[in-house]
Amino acid sequence: MKDHTTARMIKDKVFRATVILLACFSMLPLLLILYFITRNGIAVINWEFLSQLPRPIGEDGGGVFNAIVGTAILIILSSILSIPFGITTGIYLSEKSDGKIAHIVRLCVVVLQGTPSIVIGIVAYLWVVAPFHSFSAISGGVALSIMMLPVIIKATEETLKLMPYHLKEASLALGVPYHKTILKVILPTGINGILTGILLSLARITGETAPLLFTAFGNQFMNWNLFKPIDSLPYRIFYYAMSPYPEWHAFAWGASFMLVAVVLGFNLIARGVAAKWKVQF
Amino acid sequence: MTEMCSVNGIGMQDINEKTETADMTAKNTMDKSEQRFGKVLLLAAVFVVVLLLAILATLVAASIPAIKAFGLTFFWGTTWDAAAEKFGALPFLAGTLITSFLATLICIPFSIAISIFLGEYFKEGVFSAFLRSSVEVLAGIPSVIYGLWGLFLLMPIMRAIEMYLGVTPHGVGLLTSALILAIMIIPFSASIGREVITLVPGDLKEAAFSLGATRFEVIRNVIIPYARSGIIAGILLSLGRAIGETMAVTMLIGNSNFIPTGIFDPSNTMASVIANEFAEATGITAASLIYVALVLFLVTTVVNIVGTYVIKKVALEASKEVT
Repeated sequence: MKDHTTARMIKDKVFRATVILLACFSMLPLLLILYFITRNGIAVINWEFLSQLPRPIGEDGGGVFNAIVGTAILIILSSILSIPFGITTGIYLSEKSDGKIAHIVRLCVVVLQGTPSIVIGIVAYLWVVAPFHSFSAISGGVALSIMMLPVIIKATEETLKLMPYHLKEASLALGVPYHKTILKVILPTGINGILTGILLSLARITGETAPLLFTAFGNQFMNWNLFKPIDSLPYRIFYYAMSPYPEWHAFAWGASFMLVAVVLGFNLIARGVAAKWKVQF
Repeated sequence: MTEMCSVNGIGMQDINEKTETADMTAKNTMDKSEQRFGKVLLLAAVFVVVLLLAILATLVAASIPAIKAFGLTFFWGTTWDAAAEKFGALPFLAGTLITSFLATLICIPFSIAISIFLGEYFKEGVFSAFLRSSVEVLAGIPSVIYGLWGLFLLMPIMRAIEMYLGVTPHGVGLLTSALILAIMIIPFSASIGREVITLVPGDLKEAAFSLGATRFEVIRNVIIPYARSGIIAGILLSLGRAIGETMAVTMLIGNSNFIPTGIFDPSNTMASVIANEFAEATGITAASLIYVALVLFLVTTVVNIVGTYVIKKVALEASKEVT
């Protein structure tokens, strides 16, 4: 009897140890990735790297200024395209949560969220690049905004659903029209959740490369024209990583460091927003 | 155009419904701005549906030349030759299947360990906060950086292993891609696993504990059976991710359009062949690549719908049991 109990206790301990070991072991890649990025990345980053254009191989120096600007332009473009639509659809889903259309829309959001980024890249190519016969910043923005959309819709819907019903009732009881209740009472109360969703979606698209391969394409030079190809940090990393030159590999690490900093920055701000502006009921 | 008409039809109906509910709540005035508001909401929602249908329609329309030329033989044709204009997608189907299933297999023990760790052993505390935020950071790192890291750390290691085993030392190939994919999908399935494990009702666990069960027995006989379908759905969703993942795989798979014969062989997945070839493709080659994209889209859609449906059902059952 006692042996039996001991055996069970031992089994319990062994299992616990295995779980802890496996969980810790899976952190190993993260530590290695962060270590590689910081070690190789910081060595390259200086003012020149941030402020200069790429130079052809063989010439020393140069930087990724155009990629930084390009990424910023792409982020702004896709935000403009997706945020209004995302929030409006989110409001619809939270207001009509049991309707037939809402179910269909929700299914579509799930499918959109799971659509591989490369497929979205092809679609943006067919919609924007092929008719205009040129890779362009606009097409990149379209592709990225399609990727942002489901995240924003979901965040808006989830946030607004958490709003207590008496908030809406109080506003309606005061004679505030329905649409003003939504826009001036419910939406501002849930702004922290929506902002968090937007920031998370930005974090998602900032690092996306696959949809940009045939849309924004990449550009060695500075470009402000939205109808011309534009560079971006993830594309530059890909381009440099696949090249055979060690100098460019170093640049890829530098750009990676910046990209990770931006993405993690978005994540951190999102968390800060969620924590700071949390409305208590 | 017909699509737009039907959209408006639904719109009017819906607004009528809304006026009824508005009547019931607080007011029975229905001014124009109210109507407009409802219309805008509906339009945005319908736009999402139209967007998805348009994506599907575009893919189908653009791949019609390839569908006409190859039909279903596309799926078992083994040659992919742009010069001869002969396209069969079997090598990529095989590449995608092997890498994603292998990655899922590697990912399962780790993600279940993390879910149990966070959902049962260490629900709170510094240790769990550290692990949870690490998982989040891991999930946030862009795919292209995984690829870069794989090129400079994983590839030399794999090359050394291949030399040791006496196979051709490519360094890149199916196994390397599967490894990087596994690392990328662990956070995803782990977070879903954690969620379903925390959904297990406390009284079930307490009942088992009060009968003298050890922690391990509770986990094996109560928690895992209860959370099983949710965990499986999480794994299914991460499989969907692995199937569609592009950049890291493109950088590590070796870009070879032949049927792989071994686990170390360079190959191509559906996503990576598009990434590698689409920018230079024209005519029937482009159509064939879009055909591949269409298949990829349909496969991930099915996987996602099934996975999401199962998870929703699990959450629904759990909420019923609590009340």
